[in-house]
Amino acid sequence: MIHFVLLISRQGKVRLTKWYSPYSQKERSKVIRELSSEILSRGPKLCNFVEWRGFKVVYKRYASLYFCICSDQDDNELETLSIIHHYVETLDRYFGSVCELDLIFNFHKAYFILDEILLAGEMQETSKRTTLRLIAAQEELLEAAKEEASSLSSIIAQATK
Amino acid sequence: MNPFSSGTRLRDMIRAIRASKTAAEERAVVRKECAAIRAAINENDQDYRHRNLAKLMFIHMLGYPTHFGQMECLKLIASPGFPEKRIGYLGLMLLLDERQEVLMLVTNSLKQDLNHTNQYIVGLALCALGNICSAEMARDLAPEVERLLQFRDPNIRKKAALCSIRIIKKVPDLAENFINSATALLREKHHGVLITGVQLCTDLCKISPEALEHVRKKCTDVLVRTLRDLANSPYSPEYDIAGITDPFLHIRLLKLLRVLGEGDADASDSMNDILAQVATKTESNKVAGNAILYECVQTIMSIEDNGGLRVLAINSLGRFLSNRDNNIRYVALNMLMKAVTADGQAVQRHRATILECVKDSDASIRKRALELVYVLVNETNVKPLAKELIDYLEVSENDFRGDLTAKICSIVSKFSPEKIWYIDQMLKVLSEAGNYVKDEVWHALIVVITNATELHGYTVRALYRAFQTSAEQESLVRVTVWCIGEYGDLLVNNVGMLDIEDPITVTESDAVDVLEIAIKRHESDLTTKAMALVALLKLSSCFPSCSERIKEIIVQFKGNLMLELQQRAIEFNSILAKHQNIRSTLVERMPVLDEATFIGRKAGSLPGAASTTTMPSVGIPNGEAKPAAPLIDLLDLSSDDAPAPSSSGGDLLHDLLGVDLSPAPQQSGAGQPSKSGTDVLLDLLSVGSPAQSSSSTVDILTSNTNGKSPVSPLDDISSLSLSSRVNSNAGAAPMMDLLDGFGPSPSKENNGPVYPSITAYESSSLRLTFSFSKQPGNPETTNIQATFTNLSSNVYTDFVFQAAVPKFLQLHLDPASSNTLPAAGNGSVTQSLKVTNSQHGKKNLVMRIRIAYKLNGKDTLEEGQINNFPREL
Repeated sequence: MIHFVLLISRQGKVRLTKWYSPYSQKERSKVIRELSSEILSRGPKLCNFVEWRGFKVVYKRYASLYFCICSDQDDNELETLSIIHHYVETLDRYFGSVCELDLIFNFHKAYFILDEILLAGEMQETSKRTTLRLIAAQEELLEAAKEEASSLSSIIAQATK
Repeated sequence: MNPFSSGTRLRDMIRAIRASKTAAEERAVVRKECAAIRAAINENDQDYRHRNLAKLMFIHMLGYPTHFGQMECLKLIASPGFPEKRIGYLGLMLLLDERQEVLMLVTNSLKQDLNHTNQYIVGLALCALGNICSAEMARDLAPEVERLLQFRDPNIRKKAALCSIRIIKKVPDLAENFINSATALLREKHHGVLITGVQLCTDLCKISPEALEHVRKKCTDVLVRTLRDLANSPYSPEYDIAGITDPFLHIRLLKLLRVLGEGDADASDSMNDILAQVATKTESNKVAGNAILYECVQTIMSIEDNGGLRVLAINSLGRFLSNRDNNIRYVALNMLMKAVTADGQAVQRHRATILECVKDSDASIRKRALELVYVLVNETNVKPLAKELIDYLEVSENDFRGDLTAKICSIVSKFSPEKIWYIDQMLKVLSEAGNYVKDEVWHALIVVITNATELHGYTVRALYRAFQTSAEQESLVRVTVWCIGEYGDLLVNNVGMLDIEDPITVTESDAVDVLEIAIKRHESDLTTKAMALVALLKLSSCFPSCSERIKEIIVQFKGNLMLELQQRAIEFNSILAKHQNIRSTLVERMPVLDEATFIGRKAGSLPGAASTTTMPSVGIPNGEAKPAAPLIDLLDLSSDDAPAPSSSGGDLLHDLLGVDLSPAPQQSGAGQPSKSGTDVLLDLLSVGSPAQSSSSTVDILTSNTNGKSPVSPLDDISSLSLSSRVNSNAGAAPMMDLLDGFGPSPSKENNGPVYPSITAYESSSLRLTFSFSKQPGNPETTNIQATFTNLSSNVYTDFVFQAAVPKFLQLHLDPASSNTLPAAGNGSVTQSLKVTNSQHGKKNLVMRIRIAYKLNGKDTLEEGQINNFPREL
């Protein structure tokens, strides 16, 4: 099972954190500090796995961002690596060649997409198309709600004129 | 509308934060935003609540505290609209964790949302529940989730399945409720539902044996068929990764098959074909393919034995191992570790490659490989493997050396075919990485050395040689110093030469040189120096020609700042100067340390010292254990709890000295047991045990030791704390008296004039008497033994004595023997004081005293001044 997902920039800034196991807020910041210093300092040719506190942290660098997933010792590291890639490809399709700035300004969307791929620390959906379709459907709901709100306020505005 | 929150949008806030050039600037922006959000929260602002929460999440990710926003999440979740709920649930998962009580408040909203008509809202609720639910919530909401496993939309079914995993992990009792609906999911076509269903079944099987049995019976064939269809499926763009259809589903299926096949021959049998197919047909040039292969190999190794399949599996691991990609090699090492138990021989074939991986530049791979080598070592291959590892030790990186040395020492001691080889290898390790060796390792080495009688000469010469080149390795120095102290004569006279040795000429003064270097070396720590002092004392007897030089070295340490060394130097000097007749018996060679006791102790203390957990306690002692009692007595460095000599230790010394110590003279006023003579001598030879010569010390120490378990001295062997030894300085002097007591000419006259005791203070309730003694050659210092007697008929508790002296005096107070003073003179409290008179001969001692105690629970204070000290003090 996956215990948490982290996105850390080259400079050590946190871009996304998702926790599937209970960590208190204090532990969370400690974990982030520990791992970012360990992972950011690793050379480019080394393997993508770090053993850490009896868990395995699989990380991969995409441009300026490190995607890290912490999973159980006996989980399949190569699969975890594929999960990271799967997530990145989904983000890429959603944003259209995603960059760090997209994830900074639309961090909530990165979360929503992750929530469609992983749940309770397990793989939820393996089809990028299905994931994106679900995201799109929810965004339509948002638009609908917005329109309703604005038409409502215009009706109120007209009524009170 | 709130004037604060109206201004900035989320995007603007992020921009402002990013535009900050310094951390202080960023903090200012965040502070301003947080203030605005708090204000909005206080005003219960509705319109911008979700925007504020989004801002808070961003601020949270930057590491600022955002607890004040937690209730906002709940309010958003409780609001009717989808947009509000969506951001509310996101905030809930980010800002809260399951341990917070606030979370309980959300249970009701969750329940409503799980029954919502809008399936996306149901999805949000499932997602939040799956990610952060606590055991209570799991219990409350399990029926809803169970129902949702049959929901019409597959996207809800898959979320409900994963949610169920979380629920059964939190509350395993609920597992059986899910068995039927979970197995139904295995027949689904939708990949999302199928993969989540497989995962749910896997977890169910792990939790409940009943579920395992059910799934094994009903679903093994279905799963095998699904995997076969999947493996043979034509190209499907939706799920394709590097030419493989849905590798994630492949892997989850293989994982579940592994759980089903483990320990069940029938189930294993039915999956053989498909496993063989996956193992041979899967493309291994991409990560996804290798991930499947890796999982497949793992399954083959775990299910019931099938020879052909295992060969296939180990061969694919061999291919992995020679891959250029570090990730693949790491995985291979990981897998071989598991394969060792199943088929050790097959793994041994890859030994050379694995050994290469120990030298990899990647720390993760090195670590894996080292652990693998560690389990691969056996009696037949220990020599070449240990050689490789020790050779590598020379060039390894510093941060890896600790691990590597520990493993080498463990391997060498566990599998060494003969003692000489063990000693050779250990010397190599000590010379290369002596600073990384744990104390237990060199303690064990010394035990082995003393037991290898015929190798004493060889060992001490080898150590002498190693010292010439590697004098900077602390533990090598210690072992060398110890061995030279014990076997110095063998070193000099080339006794017991082996054929393989080159003869060397070492003079007596060369041997003393080594000790002098060790003791004067700047980096030597206290332990080493103290050991060197003992070694010097030992050599003084067997090298008469050097005894003057040795004495000079010892004398130099009489003024050492380290109490330990100072005390030893003084004591040893006294032995050299005054006790020639017993010296040779005193410093005789140590008797052979009992290996059996050592192993026994080691086995007894293994749970506490399990730094390498897989190691059974067989063979000759290895470095992972605690040393045995005799060794402790020998090298005892702990000061806290030293004077608890094990009876064997006492006997040992008794034998060693060959003198009857029972009539050992006791110091006046000190209620020592008659055994004290042994103890004192024991202390003399042990490093750092406080001299227990004044009764107050004894009391303190016994109360210390009483509270501890008998093994506790072991634990402190390497902790060299001197802080607790407040009174050792004072103890040094009486110690000398004690030694003088059975010296050749026990002359009390040496101690100078005897002073009469005085009654220093007397009131209706209390009497205080002082008795005096002086150290010879130090007339300025007076030792005072204070005795308090209770003249009333009530017990005094919390008894405290304080004293103050003018500036020309220096006062040192030892702790009192007790803080309770029995009534009516039925006993007394004693306390020793040491006064140094800087104006000796010109001014007399004076002292102000204050005595505080509790009488029937009431504080009482007595004060007085003492002017009647004898003159010339």
